[in-house]
Amino acid sequence: MLQELAQKLVFGILAGGLYGLAAVGLSLVFGVTKFLNVAHGELLMLGGYAAFGLFTLFGVDPFVSLPVVALLLVLIGFVLYKLLFARMVKLTEDNKIKNTMLVGFGLSLILQNVARVLFTADDRGITTTYSGEAVTLFGVSIPVVRLASLAVALICLLALHLFLRKTYTGKALRATVQDWEAATVMGIDIQRVYLLAFVVGAALAGVAGALVAVCYSISPTMGLDWTLRALVVMVLGGLGSIMGTFVAGLVLGVTLSVVGGAWREIAALLLFLLVLLLRPQGLFGAKEG
Amino acid sequence: MRRNWVKIALTVILLALLALLPVITSKDSILNLAILSLLGVILASSWNILGGYTGQTNLGHAAFFGLGTLVTRLLWLKAGWPLPPSLLAGGVAAVAAALVIGWPAFKLRGVYFAIGTLALAQAGYLTVGNVWPTITSLPAKALATYQLEPRYYLFLALAVLTVGTAAILVRSRQGLGMMAVHEDEDAAESLGVSAFRHKLLALSASAFLAGLAGGGFAYYYLSYYPQMPFGAVWTFDTLMMTYIGGQGTIVGPIVGAVFFVVTREQLALQLAGVQLTIFGRQLELGQVHQTVFGILFILVVLFLPGGLVEVWGKIRQALARRAKRRDANLASQEQVS
Repeated sequence: MLQELAQKLVFGILAGGLYGLAAVGLSLVFGVTKFLNVAHGELLMLGGYAAFGLFTLFGVDPFVSLPVVALLLVLIGFVLYKLLFARMVKLTEDNKIKNTMLVGFGLSLILQNVARVLFTADDRGITTTYSGEAVTLFGVSIPVVRLASLAVALICLLALHLFLRKTYTGKALRATVQDWEAATVMGIDIQRVYLLAFVVGAALAGVAGALVAVCYSISPTMGLDWTLRALVVMVLGGLGSIMGTFVAGLVLGVTLSVVGGAWREIAALLLFLLVLLLRPQGLFGAKEG
Repeated sequence: MRRNWVKIALTVILLALLALLPVITSKDSILNLAILSLLGVILASSWNILGGYTGQTNLGHAAFFGLGTLVTRLLWLKAGWPLPPSLLAGGVAAVAAALVIGWPAFKLRGVYFAIGTLALAQAGYLTVGNVWPTITSLPAKALATYQLEPRYYLFLALAVLTVGTAAILVRSRQGLGMMAVHEDEDAAESLGVSAFRHKLLALSASAFLAGLAGGGFAYYYLSYYPQMPFGAVWTFDTLMMTYIGGQGTIVGPIVGAVFFVVTREQLALQLAGVQLTIFGRQLELGQVHQTVFGILFILVVLFLPGGLVEVWGKIRQALARRAKRRDANLASQEQVS
């Protein structure tokens, strides 16, 4: 009984790491640009298929191909930003959120359909030679690939954290989050900061998608579920808070895993509603005005 | 004043034609197309009350529609209720679900309502799939007496109710309040217009009508998986119809819905079974309408926020200007000669 619970907890944490990684990208983009890209899950999907393609066509190990996938998503993010999102930079905040959401909605529909045409509607997964292996600790089994994925997620998070705290560009990003007008006056090129945040967010989504392909499975319609989890985690963690978002991912992962069964999505919805009612700034977010 | 009379006369003629449609034709394909178009009109017009006029983006219209189908179908088929109270219960259930999200989300500004409705629809989709995994079909007795005409008239009545509600609402004091909230929440609040109350009112009306549409669907559709009406595609379709037609207007969602449904069905008909080979892969083109409409939708959001209605308005203006110039030209020529 206790062991079963421990197993669920472990699986929840392992899945939660991916929710967190998926949400961190979304949260970064939203925090900096106030773009609510609801096609974020579709970027995960593209990352997943990129890793899957590299693995099946060229035999590249999915953990080795992660940088390539990230780079590819940077490219895709760049194109999407220049083509669509750059046009919405100058809108007021409310309209920016609304229009990017609508454009993202249309984009997700297009990407889903293109993916179904290119990759067929089948569920796919990457099965490496070590996919079946697991570490057993106190009778709790921990699949190796999922553990490695959690490690990758943590490394990405740490890298992002260091980038935002220690580098000059990172500081420009954070300055833009705090007050974009003041940042402009200080000589920060907003368009470039927005573009940077957007492509980094896309790269994080791509890495998360590749890990999903390794640990679970991918399909052309997976995007909405992942967008939704990322959105719920983002609100849970507090808008724009990177660390809070990651921890909130773990919370959601554990909640879904422990509740399990038919009502797990309702549990996630209730969690979301509770946060709205009791702590709208998120579990870990700073109080907003 | 004269324009108003023309509008009323056109509406009456259109309604009369629609009411007579089953008399004019008994072709099932035409009636089905009409029913699907009317369903689109109800979904788009009801979304528009909240999304277009009040400025709150609901990304989970499928949840309200789906709840309507679920409750109506359960009460009507399983519990043996007559149809009208079952329909009503479906609408009420949709409002209840809407308030569960709307109440906490509207206390806050920003993205919470959109995320909440998206979460509601997806939670509904997955949970209904888990709890009611088997297909629901009309029983043999109902199938034996199945007729399209009463279904058609139900959808026509619901469409008139929805468009009528929207039209009356936006001309009322409440509707003006809703539009004020859309324009500038702070300014509206400072004039004593409660943003919270007006948003909840618009949401309730929108969800109730979508729930009724769901009830109509439960009455119309022979067999489907109970989770199907909760699918995100219903929300996608609703958004696209509303925006392509022209959000924030009465005519826009109607035009958008008819355009969308007729084009979709035509594309499906023309392209069914047509295959294309790209990258050595056989492509079914039957689903291509979603990509086409997705692109059209993005273009409208980015470049043409008024949709088809705005295009029509611009064409009419241009024609009027040209006519004016021609008159002026004629007048000056006459002067010369």
